[in-house]
Amino acid sequence: MLQGIPITHVLIVSSFMFFTGVCGFIIRRNMITILMSIELILNAVNINLVVFNKYLFPDQLQGHFFALFVVGIAAAEASVAIALIINIYRRLNSISVDKVNEMKY
Amino acid sequence: MALNVLMFYLLSAVIVICSVLTITTTRILRAAFYLLCVLVATAGYYFMVNYQFMAGVQLVLYAGGIVVLIIFSILLTSHISHKFAKPEAMRLVMGILVGLSGFALSTIAILKFTFTPSNAPAMKVDMQAIGTQLLGTGKNGYALPFEVISILLLAAMIGAIIIAKKGK
Repeated sequence: MLQGIPITHVLIVSSFMFFTGVCGFIIRRNMITILMSIELILNAVNINLVVFNKYLFPDQLQGHFFALFVVGIAAAEASVAIALIINIYRRLNSISVDKVNEMKY
Repeated sequence: MALNVLMFYLLSAVIVICSVLTITTTRILRAAFYLLCVLVATAGYYFMVNYQFMAGVQLVLYAGGIVVLIIFSILLTSHISHKFAKPEAMRLVMGILVGLSGFALSTIAILKFTFTPSNAPAMKVDMQAIGTQLLGTGKNGYALPFEVISILLLAAMIGAIIIAKKGK
């Protein structure tokens, strides 16, 4: 990958992916699709960490390990979020964020 | 054009197209499938930079674990044939505006900055190096975050069971 591929191209792809996730987070109203947007954001960050590690510090492994930790945290976050979503669906029969404001007042 | 460059742009096209489709498709199961495509293409990136362990973790945990979890919760909570309504115009405009302005800003910043690639010899990333660093306590050791993340995973697992358990 190092030959012929400038680092800026990888970074542009990953930042596109990041802001697609942000955009989806704002546009979508379904909790599961919002969770998917968060996964997109975390994945874009992971690409950045790995690519910076490979291009700028190939003699170390910091970015690699932090990407590993981010994957672990994403797994924990997804499992708790899906447990919450299933619980909310059981109580309110809907997983649209517009209808989950009952706890607000 | 060298084959690895061609492969890189192929994977990039898959990532760009599928990540847009993930947030625009009107069927939720298709969104999960496009997300799976994005994650597999990302694993292809990791294979290209020779981080095989990272690519394996990406495939097993993300593409295998999280996407299956998401598909399970989709099947539990919504009808397959259900289609989303179109989002409100105001929210659509605001979302696209935020996305585009953020992307433009970060692209300008990336293109302006001059990255200086290191000439240091690349470290061999085999399982032995990963294992000794991940469980090492000296310089470049990651024993503490490793233990903290294991406690976090345990807490998340117990919490998920307690939350999703049927109440009395």
